[in-house]
Amino acid sequence: MPPLGVLILYIILGLVSVGSAVGLLVSRNAVYSALFLVLNFLTVALLYLVLGAPFIALAQVTVYAGAIMVLFLFVIMMLGAEKLTSSSLRVRGLRVLAVVLGLVFAAEVALFLVVRGGVTAAPAEPTLAFGDPSAVGLMLFNQYTLPFEVTSVILLAAMIGAIVLTRGDLKDRLERRAQAEKKA
Amino acid sequence: MPMTYYLILSGILFTLGILGVILRRNAIILFMSLELMFNAANILFVAFAAYYQVLSGQMFVFFVMVVAAAEVAVGLALMVTIFRSRNSINVDELNSLKG
Repeated sequence: MPPLGVLILYIILGLVSVGSAVGLLVSRNAVYSALFLVLNFLTVALLYLVLGAPFIALAQVTVYAGAIMVLFLFVIMMLGAEKLTSSSLRVRGLRVLAVVLGLVFAAEVALFLVVRGGVTAAPAEPTLAFGDPSAVGLMLFNQYTLPFEVTSVILLAAMIGAIVLTRGDLKDRLERRAQAEKKA
Repeated sequence: MPMTYYLILSGILFTLGILGVILRRNAIILFMSLELMFNAANILFVAFAAYYQVLSGQMFVFFVMVVAAAEVAVGLALMVTIFRSRNSINVDELNSLKG
């Protein structure tokens, strides 16, 4: 068992990450859910730091909490989504059934990972050079060159796809321009 | 801290993500629950990378992050387009294939 301070840190990290995930599920306002998710991402980044992955931890903060969640918040503000949903589900009793089946699924995952997985020892203490940016960079460019180049193509495809989807065809664009001129 | 801690934490976060996808009807919160599921899998990757002292687990996390970012961009663009034509992003109301 690790010393008391480390144990307290682990307990706090676990509680905050699970608590913010529950907060994401139950809040009625979409902006509150987004902020809970940002808190979850920051907690998970701290976990990565403890596990000896400093590059991945800061990539998590930069990419997930810094870019993806900002994109989510932009779209929520643009669509006015914080007041948009009806709170009643179409299937009666879905909430109870979902929680029960979720508990069954969680028990099954715990059974599979913990009891049958057979991995119970502690991970090694993180050394300074393990998840170092230079080690990650060397591995990215030596062993994982092809996936790395493929990710650039994936990002290009996503960028083109997002622009084409929101741009619409010529009829939509002329219609939007006419509406904007009518309002002005 | 033993591996059991990371395994159980990842399992709980994954289950909460699944519950979010099933229970929330707002499409944007559905996407956010999907991101939660991605994060749960990433925790497992990093934990096993630290346990076996193999750096490839962290490489996988990097690629999962890139693909998740691309998917969020395209998914939110889709949501914006759907909102423009139907004025709603409640996934219960997106039930016709008409454009």
